[in-house]
Amino acid sequence: MFPKPIEKQPRAAQISYQALLPVALLLWLGPLLAVALFSIKPEADFTNANYWGLPSSFEGARNYGQVFFNSDMPRYLLNSFLITVPTVIGAVALSCMTGFALGIYKFKSNLWIFFMFVAGNFVPFQILMVPVRDLTLDLGLYNTKTGLVLFHIAFQTGFCTLFMRNFIRALPFELIEAARVEGISEWRIFWCVVLPLMKPAIAALSVLIFTFIWNDYFWAVVLTQGAESQPVTAGITSFNAQFRAAYHLMSAGSIVAALPPVAMFFLMQKHFIAGLTLGAVK
Amino acid sequence: MTAVDVTEHESWFHRNQQRIAPWLFLAPGVLFFMVYVIIPVFQSFNLSLYEWDGLGAAEYVGMRNYEDLYWEWVDRDAFYVSLKNNLIWLVMYLLAIPAGLFIALFLNQTVWGIRLYKSLFFFPFVISQVVVGLVFTWFYDPTFGLLNEFLSWFGLGPVNVLGDERFVTYGIIFAGLWPQTAYCMILYLTGLNAVDPEQIEAGRLDGAKGGRMLWHIILPQLRPATFIAFVVTIIGALRSFDLISIMTQGGPFGSSRVLAYYMFEVALSEYGFRMGYGAAIAVVLFLIMLCFIAYFLWSMYREEKGH
Repeated sequence: MFPKPIEKQPRAAQISYQALLPVALLLWLGPLLAVALFSIKPEADFTNANYWGLPSSFEGARNYGQVFFNSDMPRYLLNSFLITVPTVIGAVALSCMTGFALGIYKFKSNLWIFFMFVAGNFVPFQILMVPVRDLTLDLGLYNTKTGLVLFHIAFQTGFCTLFMRNFIRALPFELIEAARVEGISEWRIFWCVVLPLMKPAIAALSVLIFTFIWNDYFWAVVLTQGAESQPVTAGITSFNAQFRAAYHLMSAGSIVAALPPVAMFFLMQKHFIAGLTLGAVK
Repeated sequence: MTAVDVTEHESWFHRNQQRIAPWLFLAPGVLFFMVYVIIPVFQSFNLSLYEWDGLGAAEYVGMRNYEDLYWEWVDRDAFYVSLKNNLIWLVMYLLAIPAGLFIALFLNQTVWGIRLYKSLFFFPFVISQVVVGLVFTWFYDPTFGLLNEFLSWFGLGPVNVLGDERFVTYGIIFAGLWPQTAYCMILYLTGLNAVDPEQIEAGRLDGAKGGRMLWHIILPQLRPATFIAFVVTIIGALRSFDLISIMTQGGPFGSSRVLAYYMFEVALSEYGFRMGYGAAIAVVLFLIMLCFIAYFLWSMYREEKGH
């Protein structure tokens, strides 16, 4: 293990390491903790310039209550879910198939199609912006969740294909050959042999895509406008305009907007990290 | 349809199914990707040769949009400022890699509770950039921001980071480095986990430790992690949009614009719907990105052939 395990160091080093950890964490999360502190303060603290002292009263319930019952926030959160979940399902389903095709079969253009997905996944969003917006307008899907979902599925298929294909490559190929000898059809090989083995990849990818899509801001701004279809990342700007200078509410709103992917991360940590670091180890 | 037809059809499909199957599996994904990603790239190239307000008829203007950009005839001090800021983003953002490595080395221990510490250090990456932007806008706020609170302990005057043309880009990049460093950290933590302990022991016997051990024995083994960190950091730097949009909207006086934001401003914001001109900016950004994409693909290609 590198660096040298701290248990093998002198006692003083061990104690200072243990003491340093929380301090470093506090510094690292400082800006975020500040916002969390703001979100439980009463409004009076801001007018009295009591920014960093203890809250003069605990108003967490009241502030968060305002966010949930007195603003468009629940609407935005619901929209985010209705955009994120179908995207995850669609992108994972499509990429299971493309990943299977590119990972299992040997044909001439295989690598080129794979590279098309990889390269497409890296392009700057701006070069897609005007044509995709026009296409969405032409389909009558501008300012709808469907329009956003369709684009997200298509774009995420690039990254998901990269992921799935590399995962399938690492599976034992003999399994598929054995199935073929048995005379099992290709579709059944996909459905009954390979798909069950892909469960960890599907789990990892689902968590990742959930976070990516939940946190998307650019496409939300380009393809949607009002509270009826905007996800929470875009909604938070309207929310902040509504509560301008009400820092206690803006803080509470930001925390609420950030929470679902955070919850997802802590619940599915193993899968999340496995997904993010695929390829980081040989 | 007779029964004979069906069996014939089936047997033809049966005989050729290993050749046809990949295309059937690929069809939906490739179709979607073509329509929403590949074709739009070419459409944007084409559009950059037109002047178009998004509603009326488009007028062919040849290379004029590019000339306008080159000479800055339309927006003074916009294109080159954006280009310069893009370059600053690229260079500064790469700091996430050594910073992530540093934190990973710091946390690569097995003391009690370390798993929770690792998760909490990673946590900024999970938060949306919009919230990161808001958090850091308040962090920098000249009246109540944590930064100025901190500076005042040392008797340093309030600094309005986001309102000062000299600091604004660096201030936003610093905010961006926060989640990006977390990402690089997790890559390196995973990499460090897989480092071969025998090589470390051999190195220790040879008297290598600290920096020399890191440089000669650990880092070579972390190459795959470094490659991924490099790819995601470069892409992230050139995609910077959310933070700028949330924190400054390109200001003050356009000094924190990057090409991605400038393009959006030109094509979709209140400054007017100059779609063709915006497309030209997007093409420039795309060409910059293309250098890196080509390099990444080339590395992957060598890897594939190596197998």
